[in-house]
Formats: sequence, structure tokens, C-alpha cells
Amino acid sequence: MHESILCVILYISMACPGERILALTEYIHAVNLSFSYQNEPEAPQVLKDVSLSVEKGSFVAVLGHNGSGKSTLAKHMNVILLPSGGSLFVNGMDTSLEEHLWEIRQQVGMVFQNPDNQLVATVVEEDVAFAPENMGVPPEEIRRRVEEALRTVGMWDFRDHAPHRLSGGQKQRIAIAGVLAMHPDCIVLDEPTAMLDPRGRREVLETIHRLNRESGMTVILITHYMDEAAQADRVVVMDSGTVIADGTPKEVFSQVELIRSAGLDVPQTTDLVHWLRTEKGLDLPADCLTVEEAADAVAKLFS
Amino acid sequence: MYAIEAQNLTYTYGIKTPFEKTAIRDVSVQIPAGEFVGVIGHTGSGKSTLIQHINGLLRPTSGKLLLNGKDIWENPKEIRKVRFSAGLVFQYPEHQLFETTVYKDIAFGPTNMGLSEEEVRLRVEEAAEFTGISSALMDQSPFELSGGQKRRVAIAGVIAMRPEVLILDEPTAGLDPRGRDKILDRLRRYHQAQKNTVLLVSHSMEDVAEYCTSALVMNRGTLFAYDTVENVFCRTEELEQMGLAIPAITQVFHRLAAAGIPVSRNVFTMDAAKQALSAALEGRGRNA
Ligand SMILES: Nc1ncnc2c1ncn2[C@@H]1O[C@H](COP(=O)(O)OP(=O)(O)OP(=O)(O)O)[C@@H](O)[C@H]1O
Ligand SMILES: Nc1ncnc2c1ncn2[C@@H]1O[C@H](COP(=O)(O)OP(=O)(O)OP(=O)(O)O)[C@@H](O)[C@H]1O
Ligand SMILES: [Mg+2]
Ligand SMILES: [Mg+2]
Repeated sequence: MHESILCVILYISMACPGERILALTEYIHAVNLSFSYQNEPEAPQVLKDVSLSVEKGSFVAVLGHNGSGKSTLAKHMNVILLPSGGSLFVNGMDTSLEEHLWEIRQQVGMVFQNPDNQLVATVVEEDVAFAPENMGVPPEEIRRRVEEALRTVGMWDFRDHAPHRLSGGQKQRIAIAGVLAMHPDCIVLDEPTAMLDPRGRREVLETIHRLNRESGMTVILITHYMDEAAQADRVVVMDSGTVIADGTPKEVFSQVELIRSAGLDVPQTTDLVHWLRTEKGLDLPADCLTVEEAADAVAKLFS
Repeated sequence: MYAIEAQNLTYTYGIKTPFEKTAIRDVSVQIPAGEFVGVIGHTGSGKSTLIQHINGLLRPTSGKLLLNGKDIWENPKEIRKVRFSAGLVFQYPEHQLFETTVYKDIAFGPTNMGLSEEEVRLRVEEAAEFTGISSALMDQSPFELSGGQKRRVAIAGVIAMRPEVLILDEPTAGLDPRGRDKILDRLRRYHQAQKNTVLLVSHSMEDVAEYCTSALVMNRGTLFAYDTVENVFCRTEELEQMGLAIPAITQVFHRLAAAGIPVSRNVFTMDAAKQALSAALEGRGRNA
């Protein structure tokens, strides 16, 4: 393992001299990553020369139109897919080397876009215990983690239900609990809140922000909800297999036209302030994101 | 006569098994033809269970479901016909897709309705355009698509049947914002042109406010309200208590009104917000 970290540092210091120190804190590092689902030369490239790094302990949101390659990129982080070109390193480990597979899967937990693909057992409790069991966690500890995870997502009362007999949003919560019980260093969530009610969305978001803050868990959140992205440290925007924007939420969302041309949108609050700026010619900050920020900015016009 | 009417509808899953669970209880509601209904409610409140009764996928444990005044279970042998007049897009597109190509999947419904090959082709093309599926995807397997692309194919398959009652269970979950706006816009136009009844299950309060004419609120398996969108979103505290919310733009106006700025609290859409602010800004000019 130490060797591979060294390899990365060497690799990166060769690729970008002077960025040696950065490399040590990088958890995910994609170098000219390309991918195609077919093995033919003419096949469409779903990821095109993507270079990206995610710092350890950071919270990164990934946005992009349908089919832009978000899930494909996420599946590389958990070694479900391997690069067709370039490479991907997870905590210094090259995903294309089979010897790292087990270690990477233990460190990186993935919540899939469709919870049906993730739920494996016939009882909720067993489902949540599945990954830690496979990781060889002692039974006593598993019981503790399962309870903790199910309580975190508000599904403890459903512990002896059958996962396939739950509502859509309830399944989504179980899938999240299953990954939380792994205690991963990094969690990759592929649209985890797509079917949750507003309170459920808020609770799940609060939970992953808390784990990020308190346990330093690295979070990669794929979402179509702009307000969720607005709460991340960093926003990455994908378009047809490439990264077209990368920055803080304020940097990215203030580029309203760029965001719209990528098939995305800005939060209603940003939209309102943008309209006041462009249509009414009013002098307001371009980077209002939250309800509070937008209301305060508008209120100032009347004071 | 109503397009859809539920009379004391109750449904229990897995009767006399350890999984027995009453998902909806004593729901009575009357929906006039031509409404665009937003169906909202917390996770597990019974939305999917309720709407699966409308096309006869679930049979009431007790109570009745009427379409155009007729009990759909009066003659159980005819229930297949109900599936053609009330089209349902499932919450999970995977539960609906099964053909080998996208084209065949969208064509399945209209083909089964006995339409000519030519008519089927027209409808498939129209539905693909409606949902933003590019012709390049037509020969691909629906299982080799991205999540949002699968969702679009599932919606197209039901649109192609042009049902009198169109029911969509969280159709915009997983759609990118442009796709969501485009499909909802097209739905609204389709609804206005065909005068059909649309039910849209959604967790996006913004979308319900923007597109729907009325809102049906489920809470813990019972009907909490069926009313105009405005009346429902005026009940802020109750909605928040049951895990729902009001649109973000409405939250901004609540704050503005609380700060003493002369605007109404009851602003639910972006257009209304812009009008209200334009008026308030002009008023500001006059008073100063
Ligand atoms: N199993 C597969 N086989 C072949 N092509 C695929 C497969 N899965 C996805 N694709 C294609 O790869 C491209 C990227 O898909 P991906 O699932 O990564 O998109 P996404 O950004 O996650 O989209 P969404 O927002 O809809 O989930 C799409 O054009 C899709 O059709
Ligand atoms: N097949 C089933 N067997 C037993 N119980 C079920 C089954 N399907 C759903 N339920 C239960 O019935 C209740 C209502 O479920 P339903 O799917 O109608 O909720 P929903 O409002 O659509 O929720 P969501 O927003 O999460 O999709 C839930 O408590 C759920 O656990
Ligand atoms: Mg995806
Ligand atoms: Mg549902």
C-alpha cells in the first residue's frame, strides 16, 4: 500500500510538478480517465479524458444532464467499472490492479441510483448487516452498527420488514443505512434522495454532512437537486462525458447561463435574484443561494 | 359525474400474513375531469398504493374506485380495458421496461391496443420527441441506459397510449432540470389540448405549485386534503409537520412579508414572484 502511494506521488509529481503536497491529501484522483461500454474502436466514449481529484474529507457534489456520465464515473470509484484509458486512484491505490480491489471496496461505500439493485436480503436488518458481515466485522459490533444506521435513517421500526415490501422512499433509506453500517472512509451517493419527501431529504443531507464533519468521511454526492449541490464544498459539472465546471457552489451557480446550457438549473432563489439583476438592472450579489440570502438581498432593496 | 372517484377506499397488503399492513384507509375523493392533480405526501403515506387502484392494478380491500362514474371492478373480466384508458407510469422505470430495444418498449402499449403498424410508428416517434429521447437511442437496450434515460422511456411508453387518465408516479425523480421542465411543459400542453385528467405524484413542491391545478395530500394512509394548490400551500405548518414543505420561492416571500415588505405571503410560482416583486418595486418608487 505504501508503495502505491509513492507511485501516485511520483506519477503526479511527474504529471504536474510542484503539486507534490496536494497529492498526499487526494483521496480520489482521476488521470485522463476515459471509458466506453463497448470494446470496439468506434464505440461512443462515455467518459472523455476526465481529470479530477477529490481531497480527503471534502464534500463534492456532481451535477450533469441525463447520460452525461455521472453514474459511470461513480462506478469507477468502487471498481465496478475499470478505465478504458487513463487511470483512477483511490486513496493512492490504482483501481486497475486487482490486488487493491478488496481494500478499495472496504473503504468506499456506494449507494446506487436504484435501491432495488442494492437490496439483497429478505429482512431489513439482515440487509443492513450484509456488507459489514462480508467485511468480517464481529457480530456484536455488527448489531450495534445496524441499529445505529437504521436509527440514523429513521427506519429502526421497520427492521423486521421485508425490503421489497416497502415504499420507494423507504427502500432508498434502507440502501443508505446499508452503506453507513460499513463505516466507509468515503461514501459515493448516486441520487440518494431522488424519491424522498422534503423532510427525508433534509435528514439524509444533514446526516451525511454530519459524518463528513465529525468523522472526516469523504462524500461524493450525485444529484439533480441544485439546492443540495449548493451545500457542498465543491461542485463538479459534467457534460457529455467531460467536466465543464469545477468550483465552489457560489462560483459555479453564479454562472447562470453556463449552468442552463448544460441542461441544469439554478435554485429558485438564485433565479429570482438573477432576474432582478438582469431584467431590472438592480445591484444585487450574483451568488445568492439560500432562502435567507435571497430574502435578505431583496429586502435591502426596500430599506 | 367525476373522472375519478374513490369511495371509502381501503387497501391492506398481505392479508393474514405476517406482513399484513393497511396502507390506505377509508379514502374518499372526487376528481373532476380535466384536472392536473399533484399528489403529495410523506414517504410511505400511501400515494403509490392509492394511484395503483386507478388503473386496476390493485383491487380495493374494501370500498370502490369509479372511473367516469363506473365501478371498475363491476365486471372483473373487463379490467384489462381499464389499463388502456388509465395509463400508469411506475415509480421505478425498471418495473416497466422489459423489451429488447427502446423502440419496442415504447411500441408495446400501442401495439397491444391493436393499432396499425404505421400508427404505432407515429405514436412512438411522437412520444420519444415528447420525452426527449434521441433517435440514436431507439435501437439500444433499455437496460443499457442511464437512470434518467430509462425514466424517459418509461414515460414515453405510457404517453404513446394517449390514455384518458394519465397517472405518473414520481416521473421527474432522476430527470435533469431541463428534462424535467420540458417534460412537465409538454404534459401541461397535452393536458390542455386533450382535456384529459393527469395525476402527478411528486416530492417537489415547486413542480406541484408550478404545474398542477389541484393537490391531493396523503398523510399516514388517509386523505389529508384535496383542494386547490393555493389552498393547500397556505397550510404551511400542517404540511411541515407531516414532513412536507412549501416551495422555496414561497419561503422567500414569507420572510419578505415578515420583514414588513409589502408583498403577499401567498406566492407559489416564479411568474407570480416576478409580478409581485415588480409591483412592490414600483410602489417603492412612488412612495419615495
Ligand atoms: N450498461 C450500459 N451499456 C451501454 N451504455 C450505457 C450503459 N449504462 C449507461 N450507458 C450509457 O452511458 C452514458 C452515460 O450514462 P450514465 O449512467 O453514466 O449517465 P448519468 O450521468 O448517470 O445519467 P442520469 O442522470 O440519467 O443517471 C449514457 O449515454 C448511457 O446511455
Ligand atoms: N408490497 C407491500 N407489502 C406490504 N406493505 C407494503 C407494500 N408496499 C407498500 N407497503 C407499505 O404500505 C405503505 C404505503 O406505501 P406506498 O408505497 O403506497 O407509499 P408512498 O406514499 O408511495 O411512499 P413513497 O413516497 O416512499 O413512494 C408503506 O408503509 C409501505 O411500507
Ligand atoms: Mg446516473
Ligand atoms: Mg411511492
